[in-house]
Amino acid sequence: MPRHLIALLLWLALGLSGQAAAETTAPAVPEAPPAPPAVEITSTADHSKFTELQKLFTSGPQVTEACLACHNKADDQVMHSIHYRWNTTSEAGQELGKSIVINSFCGNVAGNEPRCTSCHVGYGWTDMTEAPPADPTSVDCLVCHDRSGQYAKTATGAGHPALDPVKPGTRTVTGALAWPVDLAKAAQSVGLPGRENCGSCHFYGGGGDNVKHGDLSSALFSPTREIDVHMAAGDGELNFTCSTCHVEEGHDWAGSRYDVDVLALDGTGLPGPRPMTASCESCHDSDPHPLGVLGLKLNDHVDRVACQTCHIPAFARGGVATKTVWDWSTAGELNAEGKPFALHDYTQGDGRELHTYISQKGDFAWGEDVVPYYAWFDGSLEYTLSDATIDPAQVVEINRITGAYGDGLSRIWPFKRMVGRQAYDAGFNRLAYSHVWGPTTDTAFWTNFDWGKAIEAGMEAAGAEYSGEFGFVDTYMYWPITHMVAPAEDALGCAACHAEDGRLADLAGFYMPGADPRSPVALIGLFLVFATLGGVVLHTILRLITRNKGESTHG
Amino acid sequence: MAKRFVKVYPRFERLWHWTQMVLIVTLFITGMGLHGMHGLLPFGLAVKLHTITALVLLTVWIFATFWLFTTGTWRQFIPRFEGVWTVAGFYAWGIFRGEEHPYRKLYWRKHNPLQALAYFGLKVFVFPAVWISGILYLTYNFWETVPNAGLGLAVVANLHLLAAYVLAAFVVIHVYLLTVGHGFREHVKPMVTGFEEVDLTADQEAYLTANEPWRLR
Repeated sequence: MPRHLIALLLWLALGLSGQAAAETTAPAVPEAPPAPPAVEITSTADHSKFTELQKLFTSGPQVTEACLACHNKADDQVMHSIHYRWNTTSEAGQELGKSIVINSFCGNVAGNEPRCTSCHVGYGWTDMTEAPPADPTSVDCLVCHDRSGQYAKTATGAGHPALDPVKPGTRTVTGALAWPVDLAKAAQSVGLPGRENCGSCHFYGGGGDNVKHGDLSSALFSPTREIDVHMAAGDGELNFTCSTCHVEEGHDWAGSRYDVDVLALDGTGLPGPRPMTASCESCHDSDPHPLGVLGLKLNDHVDRVACQTCHIPAFARGGVATKTVWDWSTAGELNAEGKPFALHDYTQGDGRELHTYISQKGDFAWGEDVVPYYAWFDGSLEYTLSDATIDPAQVVEINRITGAYGDGLSRIWPFKRMVGRQAYDAGFNRLAYSHVWGPTTDTAFWTNFDWGKAIEAGMEAAGAEYSGEFGFVDTYMYWPITHMVAPAEDALGCAACHAEDGRLADLAGFYMPGADPRSPVALIGLFLVFATLGGVVLHTILRLITRNKGESTHG
Repeated sequence: MAKRFVKVYPRFERLWHWTQMVLIVTLFITGMGLHGMHGLLPFGLAVKLHTITALVLLTVWIFATFWLFTTGTWRQFIPRFEGVWTVAGFYAWGIFRGEEHPYRKLYWRKHNPLQALAYFGLKVFVFPAVWISGILYLTYNFWETVPNAGLGLAVVANLHLLAAYVLAAFVVIHVYLLTVGHGFREHVKPMVTGFEEVDLTADQEAYLTANEPWRLR
């Protein structure tokens, strides 16, 4: 295969769109980006003065070794966190996490390392069947703590950054062309994580900007007040970093979609440290609306309606679209020359053209300012894991939102409902793992376009039994929406829900004023009034007809 | 017996009546909006107006109840079945034959028997149904932890709605009957001026002339 074609395939495989088809030569290596705005810190140490950091580092783990010389508990803390382990046990007892679950985007990590582990908070995790590397220097301190703005992991390097000399065409995890990282500069710059650190992975989940979450996109690097009232950057704005809300203890962060704090009515609590929870109530308390006739009524809602439901009127705001439909079943079509191709029929708010079909991945739909899907949510999402039997005739819920009206815990929450069509094992009726990335294998779907081989290899990599038959099944995957909180004046009005066919029309089992103007009792009432009016009209007519009998002379 | 213009509706009663009218109309319009029957005003504003208006009306009712019992006016509203059929018969039949209204307004009895019965029903059943269900509706969050509170809310809301429609039907008849007999203007006037033509006995006339001359015109 000619070299330029490999480059092109790689580009497409990275989920990067736009000009790809037109470019046939590897682009030049760019300059490193400038440092991001500083995160306020009151540290007593200036890391740029430490001689331990003033040397030539030739790998990420070397920097970590230098860090651990002083921060000698950091590796242990990080290695026990979900950021490193990629697994967690949910409250319902399910083993979850990136290393285990199947999603409706690229599917699964197993078999696709080191592409997927490029976002791992470590170096060199290349096999999901094994635990992440146990060597303390395998922890990546810089991805979270670099404040020079020029530390970046490559898209396919199992977590390692691009170092000099950078192979032209190499990309970072955000999809940008990679530059040579100056590790010493990064090591000397360390500070508390800014949104650039978290965002470099979390804003690009699913293979591109805002693809996965819908409420986490590059628009949050420097958003206006309208996009996110808390993260708004600029004079007089709150300028929150991610960890302003996602509070931390020993490298363990509050807030996870695997276990959501849906009802944190303990609020701001007593004086002292904040509870380990990333909820709105942690700061706003559980009766946040100003005292008044309407404020009291709004406060009455907070035990049933999550803050997010009204205060995030739509997600994927700020010009960056989110992927709303991913149909894998159409992937693999090649053009007349037998080569993969891409269609770009969606232009998002910031002007970028997005792919709507690519041979490697199938058909897509995108959405901006998306109205969420609403459901009663108790904080648990039960996953359909690879051992669960599915009914391929139905839409399979990749994760099921648990909770119900009246269970004392659930509130109405907004979700992104991702619509998928993805591979499953048609013999055993289970979701299938697939091996999609692997430029050098003869089974990876993105280079070989053969589902049979790709699924077989994926199942093998995940250690799952495979019947040998596959098909495609419709799926839904739910993503709790909690970011991109709008300013109060942009919150949903009452009538968004309190109306016929309002936003909560699909939620049943509770009385909601205004949602059913033609309820049986209302019809009885209306009938009564109209019957009375009819009677009055009839009486009037009879009086007019019999007028000559002298009623008007009465008295 | 002499026909005299007597002040039968003192200032408080007139104020009460018209305040009540304005408040009930406001409640009806905002309530219809809240139920989704129209979109004349934003839901939030309707909630605000409906709540405030309801609280004002409740206050007015508290004053009115106090007034009714301290002045003894409550007796006016105790229904008597005597004469009900005669009046009902007049509206159903006699009115078309040009008969005169069978009821003669008396000083101690300013409502005809059917009227008294209707007002009694209104005050004892419909109004309490409206305000009890309304208060429960408004304070749902205080009792939402009781078992089956969700169902309870639906019952309360529907009762409130039904009571409101019964009240609306009453208003239709109430306004319509003002057109019977002397005519609309003549019937509304006493509730504005307070004076109405009443048959007074010689004793009543003598008493009022001597002791409460301001009641006579």
